[in-house]
Amino acid sequence: MKIIVLIKQVPDTEEERKLDTSTGLLDREAGDRIADEITERALEVALRHKDGNKGSEVVVLTMGPLPAKEALRKALSMGADSAVHVVDERLEGADMALTAAVLAAAAKRTGFDLIIAGNESTDGRGGVVPAMVAEHLGLPLLPSLNSVEITEVSVRGEAALDIGSLTVSAELPALMSVTEWAAEARFPNFKGIISAKRKHVETLSLADIDLDSAATTTTPVLTTSQRPARTAGKKIVDDGTAAQELAEFLADRNLL
Amino acid sequence: MTNVLALIETSSTGVIANTAPALIAAAAKLGTPVAVVATQPGAGDSLVEQLGMLGAQQVYIAESTQVGSLLVGPQLGALISATQALEPSAVVVANSIESRAAAGMFAARTRSGLLADVVDVKTDDGGAIIGVHSVFGGAYTVEATVSSAIAVITLRQGALDERAVEATPSVTTVSLDVESRTSAKIERVHAAGPDSGRPGLRGAVTVVSGGRGLGSKENFVLVEQLADALGGAVGASRAAVDAGYIEQGSQVGQTGITVSPQLYVALGISGAIQHRAGMQTAKTIVAINKDEDAPIFDVADFGIVGDVFTVVPQLIAAIGTRSN
Repeated sequence: MKIIVLIKQVPDTEEERKLDTSTGLLDREAGDRIADEITERALEVALRHKDGNKGSEVVVLTMGPLPAKEALRKALSMGADSAVHVVDERLEGADMALTAAVLAAAAKRTGFDLIIAGNESTDGRGGVVPAMVAEHLGLPLLPSLNSVEITEVSVRGEAALDIGSLTVSAELPALMSVTEWAAEARFPNFKGIISAKRKHVETLSLADIDLDSAATTTTPVLTTSQRPARTAGKKIVDDGTAAQELAEFLADRNLL
Repeated sequence: MTNVLALIETSSTGVIANTAPALIAAAAKLGTPVAVVATQPGAGDSLVEQLGMLGAQQVYIAESTQVGSLLVGPQLGALISATQALEPSAVVVANSIESRAAAGMFAARTRSGLLADVVDVKTDDGGAIIGVHSVFGGAYTVEATVSSAIAVITLRQGALDERAVEATPSVTTVSLDVESRTSAKIERVHAAGPDSGRPGLRGAVTVVSGGRGLGSKENFVLVEQLADALGGAVGASRAAVDAGYIEQGSQVGQTGITVSPQLYVALGISGAIQHRAGMQTAKTIVAINKDEDAPIFDVADFGIVGDVFTVVPQLIAAIGTRSN
């Protein structure tokens, strides 16, 4: 079985993240960029299947500027077999619609039985790219799975929707997105780090993929403004009356 | 005014989800609100009056026997059918797992621009639709528009307080053909777990969260007790989840759930950036922590430097006294 895992490089959530308010784009100098944790968990789901099914192949795919290759290297060191990196200057500022069209075209070129994605990235948080990719490829979507069962012909899992939990299934080929409950990502070991250096990273430009001619950015950003930082309010040291004072504060604001 | 579709979610028993009022209100801000709902044949009529009370000027019922057995496909089909009939300028759905999947597929199918997880919608002087996003835990406000004929919008749950004016809707009922090959099958609907009686984290008006300062899983019950006294949801910092005090689904933060309640109470939480990004858009923030240098105090409207095991029981008692 050939599994494609969608990887996204994002600003480190442990650091302050910034937007450039003049362009609306991410300020890439503001902090470290890492492989999004949820996409590492998606990779873990694929690697567990590979661990138990020799002959399976796991390809990681990302779209992003040159440094995004670091996220692919990490995925390779965790155990992915090869990587595909779509990088093109014309993709700077790509919105979700264009991103999904590019990922779908690259996935089609690579070939797959199953695509696994994280349910939502920590930066955009839109959670719609997996569905858009599925639609472009005509695949059934299994969204936000908490648990995953992969066989040679089908996928099944528990989707905790907002209005209740469901067991859902589909025949392959299919696309699933997973939540942080699905798997705890492994750490790369020394052997993995060494062997990752020899693994193939295919770099593709827009000219290399068969992109739908209608695929373009359709959601121009108008304004980006920084909200004033919150300021500290009242701070008291408990001398035995703090709870009473807090109750009065909450009552004054109609919060009790 | 152009039509604006609001995709109404229903539970497996056919009850309208609590996301509907805000969706119809958002649609009403952009045009003539049309409630679109996929139902089993004959099950839609009973929803019309309620959708009218929420402000729907028209109710578009797409009937299919596949509703409830195929995931996303019926909702996607309903939106496409309503779009062909009503030529909307926008489609508004809840930013829930199922609806945003339908929205993503709809946008890809119709080559429409999608504004995800918006907190408000408006139009400019020329009538162009604008989505307002709150980015990086509310640190930035980003306004974006859509250059395609239809704007697809997913609305953050709990973000829009406005409500549309009550209407007497016209009703359209169509029969829907759902593509089964491209839809996942619903094999089983799980009975809801033991009902804690507490609101869910997403969209909760009040959230009480606990951190590593609680010290143990047993002590974490203190967080639940205060949440119950305030009628709120229970959350946790990543540190508390990693320490095993509470399950992952309660994690508030950039890698967990982002909340935006009226009141957020942080107990024994230091307030790492990761956590603050998930809660700092709360209207009022209260923090109790024994470390006076904890960063959580930088964003708190009311901070108490003290022992949660002393202060919280006293607070619960004070709340009890007031409510009597």
